[in-house]
Amino acid sequence: MSATETQASPVHQTVRTPDPNAHPARLKADAVSVFYGEKQALFDVSIDLPEKSVSAFIGPSGCGKSTFLRCINRMNDTIEGARVAGKITLDDHNLYDQSLDVVELRARIGMVFQKPNPFPKSIFENVAYGPKIHGLARSKADLEEIVITSLQKAGLFEEVKDRLHQPGTGLSGGQQQRLCIARAIAVGPEVILMDEPCSALDPIATAIIEELIDELRSNYTIIIVTHSMQQAARVSQKTAFFHLGKLIEEGPTEEIFTNPREKRTQDYITGRIG
Amino acid sequence: MSDMSQSAALDRRERVRNGLSRRHRGEAIFRGIGIAAIAIALALVGTLFWQVLSKGLPAFTQATLHLDVTFDEDVITAGPAPLRSDYASAAQYEAAFLDWRRALAGINWAALIEQAVRAEMPELDAEASDIRRLVDNNAGLTLRQMYQDDPALLNQTLNVALLGSADTDNWLKGTIDRSLPDARQQLSAVTRAIADRFAADGVISMDFAWHIFTNTDSRTAPASAGLAGAFVGSLYMMLVVVVLAVPIGVASAIYLEEFAPKNRFTDLIEVNINNLAAVPSIVFGLLGAAVFINYFRLPISAPIVGGLVLTLMTLPTIIIATRSSLRQVSPSLRQAALGLGASRTQMVFHHVLPLTLPGILTATIIGVAQALGETAPLLLIGMNAFVANIPGTPLDQSSALPVQIYLWQGNENRNFFEARTSAAILVLLGLMITLNAIAIFLRTRLERNK
Repeated sequence: MSATETQASPVHQTVRTPDPNAHPARLKADAVSVFYGEKQALFDVSIDLPEKSVSAFIGPSGCGKSTFLRCINRMNDTIEGARVAGKITLDDHNLYDQSLDVVELRARIGMVFQKPNPFPKSIFENVAYGPKIHGLARSKADLEEIVITSLQKAGLFEEVKDRLHQPGTGLSGGQQQRLCIARAIAVGPEVILMDEPCSALDPIATAIIEELIDELRSNYTIIIVTHSMQQAARVSQKTAFFHLGKLIEEGPTEEIFTNPREKRTQDYITGRIG
Repeated sequence: MSDMSQSAALDRRERVRNGLSRRHRGEAIFRGIGIAAIAIALALVGTLFWQVLSKGLPAFTQATLHLDVTFDEDVITAGPAPLRSDYASAAQYEAAFLDWRRALAGINWAALIEQAVRAEMPELDAEASDIRRLVDNNAGLTLRQMYQDDPALLNQTLNVALLGSADTDNWLKGTIDRSLPDARQQLSAVTRAIADRFAADGVISMDFAWHIFTNTDSRTAPASAGLAGAFVGSLYMMLVVVVLAVPIGVASAIYLEEFAPKNRFTDLIEVNINNLAAVPSIVFGLLGAAVFINYFRLPISAPIVGGLVLTLMTLPTIIIATRSSLRQVSPSLRQAALGLGASRTQMVFHHVLPLTLPGILTATIIGVAQALGETAPLLLIGMNAFVANIPGTPLDQSSALPVQIYLWQGNENRNFFEARTSAAILVLLGLMITLNAIAIFLRTRLERNK
């Protein structure tokens, strides 16, 4: 799909119908708690995240949704004093197992951050970096193909094909975020985590990214943290609502937005808490 | 009600206005103080440069005699140079050549100069010693070297540039009071008369003193004293500093900042590094004398020891500056690398370090410039010894530029060495300004490439 087409698509869409083919969950969390020093930031979160679909985490600021997301590729390891209890399994392998190499894990579970953070290198180098360090490309031509395919999947190739060797930091915010998505895809992950990927973007760039997420879900398990309930409604098949470090309610997106079981969920989606 | 709120608003505006003039006054005063501070600083720097330049620049030209010297065979009695073909073996030739050189050393080369001066001034009535004081003590050596390099000069007459003595230079430049009575002058009345006459005739001219850069220090021939030995000594020290301080400093900074766990032990290390930066340099000199010379038995007065001591001094500067530039790299970049599955080392070397390169480079050059000007620790490891050689290796005895300044400053021939000292200061300042300019150039260049 070309950029002009996606830009023309309306920003606000109606709630998507839930995916008719329920996907099995390979990624499962079991009683996950996170502590920052003495302070507990996440309480006993258990959730199944279906593959090849989009799961959205919503909730007010500081509710623990980002903390939980960062548990999934163990980015919390990089925070001094952070401790994770409980179990997260991918295909029944515990991600917090002693024998698991976190470098390998992050090759399987990619991440896109809140603020677009391309490396201060060329567009090509940005995408090629992951395959390079993981030794995924057998030859130079191989690497080039990976870069081009990844940029195509991220819907960026047409816009940057003439300036692959110019700095990635010179792109617009939305293009930079798609570059970051291409960079994550290039490693060939099974899961892509997105931490409020559109919060620094304007509505048009947001719409493009949302379209992209919808396309990507046919190949990847996508988990997105978002502040915008409309966004969760637009892009996700499953929604989980977090509040004060607890998972309050989870279920098919349509149900959560039309018929929540919990009063707190209802209050949040109608704007009474937030 | 609305009247009241309106009058309250007026009252508020009145109060703001009353405060305004006070605020503007405060701003004007602060601006005035700032401009005054900068003016004072500029005036001080200006005075310093004026002082050093006005005193030091004249030292770069020196009284030089241009005399028609005849290599008279009556004086040069050493005979012709031995020829290789006259001897059966190389060893025999070597021995004969050494004998010839020894004979050359015994020749009264000053007599040639005397002849040349008398030829220039046929009416001259002077003692040999009067003429000898006119030229530098090394002038004879210059002639000897010329003859040794080319024995065919025998009986030829050549116009040779010979350095005037320090006293001649003083007299002609007026750095000695010309109205002083004879008893208090360095040169006899006859010598002074010759100097004045030669200067008027153009036999003595003020030539650029290249030897300041090519000669080593000299006590017997002060006019030909130069900075080459000290310069090379300083260069060796800086080499040692760069080779040791940069890798050690950068590696420790990276480890402490990126890999070390934050605990009491690393806190202690951090505090100690910061303290190290504040230790007076003379203490490092004592440490160097005790450890490198007394314990490790490294040679005294050697650039290697000086370099090691200066390395200790430069390390904290490099570590602190490198750490602060590492800290400036945005966390989002680190997350991007880690999120892709880069290991910590890959993250540091592929992404963080390239961005900190300008900072590290600047820190290094500033640290080296600091070390270049350091004097106190060098005095304690014997680098203030008089050394008349250019060191061949960092293990040879040597002086250093700032120490040379210190030594010349204390020279008893004040009239001559005051200018010489300022000239050495100019060379050192020039070197530092060059280093800083390189630092600024490289930093802007690297930052543009980012």
